[in-house]
Amino acid sequence: MINKIVASTTEALADVPDGATILIGGFGGAGQPIELVEALIEQGARDLTLVSNNAGNGDTGIAALIAAKRVRKMMCSFPRQPDSWHFDRLYRAGEIELELVPQGNLAERIRAAGAGIGAFFTPTAYGTEIAQGKETREINGRHYVLEYPIHADYALIKAEKGDRWGNLVYRRSARNFNPVMATAARITVATVHEIVELGELDPETVVTPSVYVKRLVKIPKVVRPITALKV
Amino acid sequence: MEQTKTQLREAVMPAAELKWTRAQMAARLASDVQEGTIMNLGVGLPTLVGNHLPKDREILIQVENGILGAGPNAPKGEEDWDLVNAGKQAIQLLPGASLFHHADSFAMMRGGHVDICVIGAYQVALNGDLANWSTGEPGAIPAIGGAMDLAAGAKELWVLMEHSTKSGESKLVERCSYPLTGLACVTRIYSDLAVIALKDGRATVLDIVPGMSFAELQKRTAVPLAQADG
Repeated sequence: MINKIVASTTEALADVPDGATILIGGFGGAGQPIELVEALIEQGARDLTLVSNNAGNGDTGIAALIAAKRVRKMMCSFPRQPDSWHFDRLYRAGEIELELVPQGNLAERIRAAGAGIGAFFTPTAYGTEIAQGKETREINGRHYVLEYPIHADYALIKAEKGDRWGNLVYRRSARNFNPVMATAARITVATVHEIVELGELDPETVVTPSVYVKRLVKIPKVVRPITALKV
Repeated sequence: MEQTKTQLREAVMPAAELKWTRAQMAARLASDVQEGTIMNLGVGLPTLVGNHLPKDREILIQVENGILGAGPNAPKGEEDWDLVNAGKQAIQLLPGASLFHHADSFAMMRGGHVDICVIGAYQVALNGDLANWSTGEPGAIPAIGGAMDLAAGAKELWVLMEHSTKSGESKLVERCSYPLTGLACVTRIYSDLAVIALKDGRATVLDIVPGMSFAELQKRTAVPLAQADG
């Protein structure tokens, strides 16, 4: 019997080694697997490379992992947030490395890793600082930049509902990077708020097919308000 | 007495008072959006455009974090924090909305399926170059988000920005001095003073804030402006 359900977030992340590259889902707080990040803080792995859209909010989740000085390098598109004080402080002090990646490149580089693509040409960032030193090519009169996949050791993702095989569905815009990241890591760990029997998820609406998920943990639902960017 | 004060102020600084407010800028842009348009609204001032779109037109807002058909902001107390826009504000969905993951969302942009992207800017060059992610200030935390993908992928890029910097320098320039977001991508500028179309290295004024002359607008703009025919 295939059963990917594990009892706790602690058990799910017990084998994360120092120096691991970890994809973390979420767009700011929405869809961020905060419980898994908390378990990673407990677990103690350090010298980590994190790949996530933002560099943490407030004092929880990714922000807390950064504050604990466990992150060597951050790959993200938009570190600056009204409440990204932990990242901001360490960045200014030169204690954390930043690879700034345009958001679509971040998503596509992760997708490419999961899809077995060796590299791809994208029009994004052509002629900008981000493209400096990268291979470019003109194709049918348009300029493109060569970008490489982002492979990871672990993906920590948040879904709404799943079954013991690891099929997942998400909720609203908490989906964001989660399904893409699920495909690109050696070990994908997902949290869900509900575990259902096999066959209860309509196969037509499964967003992440079970093959991508290695471990599944059920967690309670906690409402966490999000700080908006300044308008 | 009140009237005298107002008259005095107008006499002393006539042109300085002449500008659209932020809400008026957003409304001016919104009035140009046609039925059936798929549009993406950047963080900050561009987000306000959503509040001013003509009610009698069906316009679909695409949000980078995987939403097509975003609705208005959620009423206070009814926020669903699984449903946020690019600025991380809690929003609602319109009937007919769809949800998708990030790689699909940016494929939608890069693939040319978004008609108009409204975005803020530090500088726009006469040839349409956009600078909006870094001023290179020491200690500043850089952030790009989806701007470079939208600059490369949206069919039209409309910039919504103040005409001048706080120190009074024109933000429409011959050549951007700040790091670029995209090359030759801006097609229109909606500022607090004017609406300007950019095409083939020409800046054509489509509209000016009421009361301001073309000559005055030109004086405040660092590139040569052309008047629209008629």
